Amino acid sequence: MTGRLARIRRIARTTRILSSVAAILLIAGCTNYYEIPIETPIKPKLDVSAFQRVLVAGFIAGGTDDVDGNLETTRLLRSQLRTKSDLRVIDTDVLPLMEVANETPGAPAEAKAEPTRPAAASDGSEGKDAKEGREKEEKEGKTDTKAESRGEAPQTATPDKLPAIKDAKDLEPYEHIFADVEYWKKIGEEYQNPLIVTGTVMFTPHQRSGIVQREEEVYDSFGRRRVVPVRTYMERKGYILQPKFVFIDGRTGTVMHSENFREEVLYNANQSTPALSSYFELMDRLIPSFLSTLSSQKIKGTRVLLQ
Amino acid sequence: MRTRVLTIFLLLGATAMPLAADARSDAKKQVEFGIAVAQRGLWREAIYRWERAVQIDPKYAEALNDLAIAYEHEGDLDKARVAYEKALDIEPNNALIKQNYELFKEINDRTTRKDTQDSQDNQNP
Repeated sequence: MTGRLARIRRIARTTRILSSVAAILLIAGCTNYYEIPIETPIKPKLDVSAFQRVLVAGFIAGGTDDVDGNLETTRLLRSQLRTKSDLRVIDTDVLPLMEVANETPGAPAEAKAEPTRPAAASDGSEGKDAKEGREKEEKEGKTDTKAESRGEAPQTATPDKLPAIKDAKDLEPYEHIFADVEYWKKIGEEYQNPLIVTGTVMFTPHQRSGIVQREEEVYDSFGRRRVVPVRTYMERKGYILQPKFVFIDGRTGTVMHSENFREEVLYNANQSTPALSSYFELMDRLIPSFLSTLSSQKIKGTRVLLQ
Repeated sequence: MRTRVLTIFLLLGATAMPLAADARSDAKKQVEFGIAVAQRGLWREAIYRWERAVQIDPKYAEALNDLAIAYEHEGDLDKARVAYEKALDIEPNNALIKQNYELFKEINDRTTRKDTQDSQDNQNP
């Protein structure tokens, strides 16, 4: 009974496929048609037309110690925005967000301390207060503001005694910083009201074992090569990258938009891949989505024009 | 009396048929011109032509299909959806229009899914 049913279904499916192929051929035979390439522009998710500048402020990062998620993410996003968006990127030291969040644990917005100020913007656009403060700190030898102008990586004022963030739960106590309107407003004022990009980055090692299917080359007795799927038990290790990008309006200090991502990569256990290389591999996958939030993208395709 | 009414109907039908044929023929000219300019990358002009074709003959599914493609190319996804759906209402079994519409939906759904995801993220930051 079941076999008969399956046969009927198979016949029905084949008939459907054949009829749609026939329909296409019939229409193609009767109608003049022209294949044409098109590029569909996808509007950015955020309207950033009010901003001329973007400040990638820094990230609360955790996970493996092999990669400085804050520094690397900031550096990568700045370089991507510099080349792939119309916004002018403000070069400055990375904000020590963990420290700032720690100074004001879960406090309401109005009870915040002075924002921990990053160093000068290299485009000479810093606010007056920021400049004065920087000069004062330079005299006192507190900051190295020339680091980036020398072409070095932006430095983080990494706090020494903060608890390590090992998983997503450890991030929670720090997340209130993104809702701190006063803090972000002050940062915004210092940099002439830019769009501020911040968030969290978790980059954690990951291990998984199980049956995987891979392709194997085999040669028969006549020496002919064939590729056959082989299922084997494998131990694999890799990394999971879980960034959350928060976009803040520097004029008001409010969160405009936030997005969570998750990417993972696994390698054979005997393959040794540096953590930083995995980090870039995973970031590469989600950078287009990040950029599509700020700038329009074009999706290429083909359609059929009919006469 | 009955014969007279019948004759009038027949006469009306006979005059309407060439009119419809004329409309289709005029619309077809617009469509052809639209295709020629679209192939040269002049999509705005193509839109104008295909809109004219649809005005002349609102039941011209092929013109609506072409218009939908042009709207897609211009990023006007709402208008593209409406045009594709009208085209498929007129010719529900046209496999080429269906194929175009499926490809369009893939892009459109992706963007709307993103928006939904974002609004969810914003509700639960």
